[in-house]
Amino acid sequence: MVEKTEFWRWTESQWTSPDIDWKGKLITSGVDVGSVSSQAVILADGELFAYSNMRTGSDSPDSAMKAINWAMEDTGLKLDDIIYTVGTGYGRVNVPFSQRAITEIACHARGGNFMYGSSVRTILDMGGQDCKAIHCDERGKVTNFLMNDKCAAGTGRGMEVFADLLGVSINDVGNLSLDIDKEPTPVSSTCVVYAKTEATGLLREGWPKNKVLAAYCSAMAHRIMTLLERIGVEEDFAITGGIAKNKGVVTRLEKEVGIKILDTSNYDPQIAGALGAALFAKALHEKGKKK
Amino acid sequence: MIANYGYKDGSGEYFITIDTDKCNGCGKCVDACPYGVMAVGEDVNDPLSDQEVAFVAEAERKKIKYTCAPCKPTSKKIIPPCIKACEMDAITHSW
Repeated sequence: MVEKTEFWRWTESQWTSPDIDWKGKLITSGVDVGSVSSQAVILADGELFAYSNMRTGSDSPDSAMKAINWAMEDTGLKLDDIIYTVGTGYGRVNVPFSQRAITEIACHARGGNFMYGSSVRTILDMGGQDCKAIHCDERGKVTNFLMNDKCAAGTGRGMEVFADLLGVSINDVGNLSLDIDKEPTPVSSTCVVYAKTEATGLLREGWPKNKVLAAYCSAMAHRIMTLLERIGVEEDFAITGGIAKNKGVVTRLEKEVGIKILDTSNYDPQIAGALGAALFAKALHEKGKKK
Repeated sequence: MIANYGYKDGSGEYFITIDTDKCNGCGKCVDACPYGVMAVGEDVNDPLSDQEVAFVAEAERKKIKYTCAPCKPTSKKIIPPCIKACEMDAITHSW
């Protein structure tokens, strides 16, 4: 059998801060077990110390373990050194070593506030299988939210399907979709299944791959825009989750919203949920001590 | 916090919105709802707060178009029991 390239496979990542000595510090962690990806973030005295970002397997507790072990790999930490862990995401109740589970909405607001600064008012999380629009105040507390997890249109899973259909690595989809002379008409259906059917038709008509991707990326941006319209967009505006790495969607969404989207270069945008969870872990640990 | 529970699909937008700043957690909407859509408990989206608030039960969030349909006859406009029961005016429906 010929081995098939997995075009949907995005790059997993792991990072450890070279400057932090964790000994004697308060270690807390957050684990975000999402539908597609799992992240673990470790904080030392509230400072980002290490993180990992990998694919979720079919077994949530196992994915949570793998994520935290990978994050700890270069730190010399053991699971017992972590004083408080908060689980979040789709599989949040399945994090075996966590003390508490918190919704990803609260965690993304908190994590986004840490990553992009206190001026962030709107956070859009475009995850693997859902889409969340969140408003928060200067402390990262949620003031308004809306989540759509009934339909996979406008999510990472849809983008994976398209990468596979067109045989383009998912990491290249964004840039390739921008490599066009003229913006094509968006794919008319945002439903992933119908959009795939439509794209197959377009390919048969002779559309090049980049044009089809452009049509899909702009359909996705438009679909997200209609969700955002419900709660509105206030500056500053930031995007978290895997789609934040897809320039094709981000650029088009920026154009539709008319507001600049904050740059994501300092952190991996996928860790926002786990980061927020780790920050809550610290806050909850301190709150518990006061009682 | 303005909490929007529900979804948008090909047929429209179905959201029950609860203003948790207005909600006092009295639970009258829970008693009023004949189908168990509403619930009261800790605010899962504000984990550092101890106040109880109303929310839409997890199992109902993806089907409120259908579950709420009997309270929303298309032939005439009536106020659904959950909204009528809320003295704080904290609940609104998008459809």
